[in-house]
Amino acid sequence: MYTKNGESYYIVDGHVHAWDATPANQANRYGEGFINCFYDYHRNLSPEDQVWSKEDFFTQSEEKILKDLFEDGYVDKAIFQPTYLTDFYVNGFNTTEQNGAIAEKHPDKFIANGSWDPRDGEAGLAALAELAERWQLRGVKLYTAEWKGDSKGWKLTDPWSYRYLEKCQDLGITNIHIHKGPTIYPLNRDAFDVADVDDVASAFPELNFIVEHVGLPRLEDFCWIATQEPNVYGGLAVAMPFIHSRPRYFAQIVGELLYWIGEDRISFASDYAIWTPAWLIERFVDFSIPEDMTEYPALTTDVKKKILGLNMARLYDIDVPEQLRLPESETGAVGAEPEPVA
Amino acid sequence: MAVGVASDQVLAVRRALDTVRDPELDESIVRLDFVASVQVDGERVTVELRLPTYFCAPNFAYLMVADAYDAVVGVPGVERAVIRLIDHFASDEINAGVADGRGFAGSFPGLADDELAELRLTFRRKAHRAGQERCASGLVASGWSVSDLAAGTLGNVPPGLDLDRLRRRRHELGLPASDDAPLLVDDDGEPITEIDLPAQLRFARTTRISIEGNAALCRGLLQVRYGRDEAVAG
Repeated sequence: MYTKNGESYYIVDGHVHAWDATPANQANRYGEGFINCFYDYHRNLSPEDQVWSKEDFFTQSEEKILKDLFEDGYVDKAIFQPTYLTDFYVNGFNTTEQNGAIAEKHPDKFIANGSWDPRDGEAGLAALAELAERWQLRGVKLYTAEWKGDSKGWKLTDPWSYRYLEKCQDLGITNIHIHKGPTIYPLNRDAFDVADVDDVASAFPELNFIVEHVGLPRLEDFCWIATQEPNVYGGLAVAMPFIHSRPRYFAQIVGELLYWIGEDRISFASDYAIWTPAWLIERFVDFSIPEDMTEYPALTTDVKKKILGLNMARLYDIDVPEQLRLPESETGAVGAEPEPVA
Repeated sequence: MAVGVASDQVLAVRRALDTVRDPELDESIVRLDFVASVQVDGERVTVELRLPTYFCAPNFAYLMVADAYDAVVGVPGVERAVIRLIDHFASDEINAGVADGRGFAGSFPGLADDELAELRLTFRRKAHRAGQERCASGLVASGWSVSDLAAGTLGNVPPGLDLDRLRRRRHELGLPASDDAPLLVDDDGEPITEIDLPAQLRFARTTRISIEGNAALCRGLLQVRYGRDEAVAG
């Protein structure tokens, strides 16, 4: 919980990791390149006093994770999102088991999500059922750019992907987090294209599709799809730190999202350990959309409460203390009517 | 070779490279600081290109390397051009593919089912929509109404970089670009009607914000990756 000026905010960090990118676990140059890429995101978008050394960035102890998220970071509930990368890291980068080992010790603090890969075929379906049973999964994180041998990625519309989504529905896994990356077969197409989210969101109306990084670098395509599919949500991981380095751009992203999809389908995430939640939350609560950007709805205290925790709490049935709740939105999450440009 | 001649030729090569754009960010690779080095050795030119991350999308990377090759071999006095993409996961495939003229599908056997024309068209269209919105929002700020915009022509836009850029996008897409061409047209060149215009412009604004934000992120990543001091003046 975070409190400022008499207002208290229930915080759900929708995207955190417990990763191991130490050189000993790097399987090849791709593993090294991957963590370097993350580190550059960290260095580029963090305030100077929040930049870690490369060694500190490689992996974080359980104590450090607890301190960064819950002691210093105001987080009430954090959702672990795995990214396996078993072609890049000997023991995987950030698996359900790695995350789960910590989550299991602190069940009041964490939710551990699982993952699946349609290229695992029939055997993967059985493995998903076991994973769901073992970790009581309510969500999965899918990374479509994951390499697997000769394959450089997959699409949500692949036939086997539908089988896995059906399986999720059977198993009660209702939250499907999607992270787009740069490599998808065929490589000549735009790998960041979110059109496949549109198809599966229509086909599986009972599942929630949370598009991580609000579809960046294809914000416009994400907004377009999310206006038409009520079960598509936007996670703010990676977008959040712009609040420091490029606050006007951050205002535009949040303004666009409020305009197109409304205040009920946007959710906070730090993407820990790329960034830590404390400074993101402090600045977000202090933030307002600049006055000259008159085309955007206001970022009110209630809207901030929804984004920082209440929206994600709804998706995961998290029991939010009575005094931190808001009355349910009656209007739903439909975007505003198009207006003339101002 | 005299130093003066070499540096003139370096400048000529850099000018040629300045016409190559990152298709996704819609900016010159010189201004984005993606040109790491230019070496002229007689009739042979070697250019090193660098990108903001090791995992930048290989299709856009390929387009930039291939376009850089075409631009450099078009410079008078250049007999042989070598374009080397450095520090990228697919450097080897892309560099060899462009050097041998294999095309994209030939450079990534089994991983691509076609060339990159469609991808390029998609992003040219996005850039065009964003460019129209940029010009239109300038006019709106000076008091134009929706019906003014629907009736407007390119000749109504104050001269400047935004207009020049929009005209170039129109030329690339084969769309009307003269002063009497409609100010706002769809992807096929049909004028956008007054009824459709607010929604279309609103969406174009989101496209512009996405492109501009992405470009800023990429610039920042390149700076932390290679350091500000190493930056070569564009």
